[in-house]
Amino acid sequence: MALDQSFVGRTYPPTEPYEVGREKIREFAEAVGETNPVFTDPEAAKAFGHPDVIAPPTFVFSITFRAAGQVIEDPQLGLDYSRVVHGDQKFAYRRPVRAGDRLTVTSTIEAIKSLAGNDILDIRGEVHDEAGEHVVTAWTKLVARAAEEV
Amino acid sequence: MTAKIGYDDVEVGTELPARTFPVTRATLVRYAGASGDFNPIHWNERFAREVGLPDVIAHGMFTMAEAIRVVTDWLGDPGAVVEYGVRFTKPVVVPDDDQGALIEVSAKVAAKLEDNTVRVDLTATSAGQKVLGMSRAVVRLA
Repeated sequence: MALDQSFVGRTYPPTEPYEVGREKIREFAEAVGETNPVFTDPEAAKAFGHPDVIAPPTFVFSITFRAAGQVIEDPQLGLDYSRVVHGDQKFAYRRPVRAGDRLTVTSTIEAIKSLAGNDILDIRGEVHDEAGEHVVTAWTKLVARAAEEV
Repeated sequence: MTAKIGYDDVEVGTELPARTFPVTRATLVRYAGASGDFNPIHWNERFAREVGLPDVIAHGMFTMAEAIRVVTDWLGDPGAVVEYGVRFTKPVVVPDDDQGALIEVSAKVAAKLEDNTVRVDLTATSAGQKVLGMSRAVVRLA
């Protein structure tokens, strides 16, 4: 069944702060094979003008996707998550995420479309730091494939 | 946020050094832990086949993380990435052997924009299939 269009524009409450740790960044950087010391060595990061180690560009997805769970699991929306695949992903950065950040995410449903029985959901996550400054925006397109005919 | 590449040193068509990134099942287990994405299609072959996939597939976000390394290693400072977006067009299928799969990434400067920024278009393939589409980064150069 097609998702309810009236959810377009709905914004969910900001998440509790996620504290970005140096060792979590290191773990992520190693998992994607990164060797740039700017992710692991504060001095190397400072040489580029960053106050502490920065995170690889896609690191923040773990935080925004967890926040998008508010939307995905909203029983009123009724998305069938077992049929969901990740369609598109985009980030726009004001500055890189870095160790010591305490980040909150505010998720908004930007669009709901139905195409050939597939439900397509666009979620925007606005990420702010503890001072309320914008850090990055993440756009996530999820596609719930049409249920098979019974 | 200073890249080691100068805006005046690149032209439309400038190619970045291409890279090939190997992915094995162990890579995916490690990425699952680091990212918190434990969807079984990325580590459980039985489950992956049950939902109609040919085998275990890599996390799309893993492929996205690998592709941008071509850009950030070229830049020196990953903090110079202003925008980055991809479309996940085909999965990277990762067999249960010692070789796994390869993700091949190439990139070139597609447009010179204002404020010392350029758009870099990326191409990522695995087993001859394009795995990312509309894959673009905007980066600030020195």
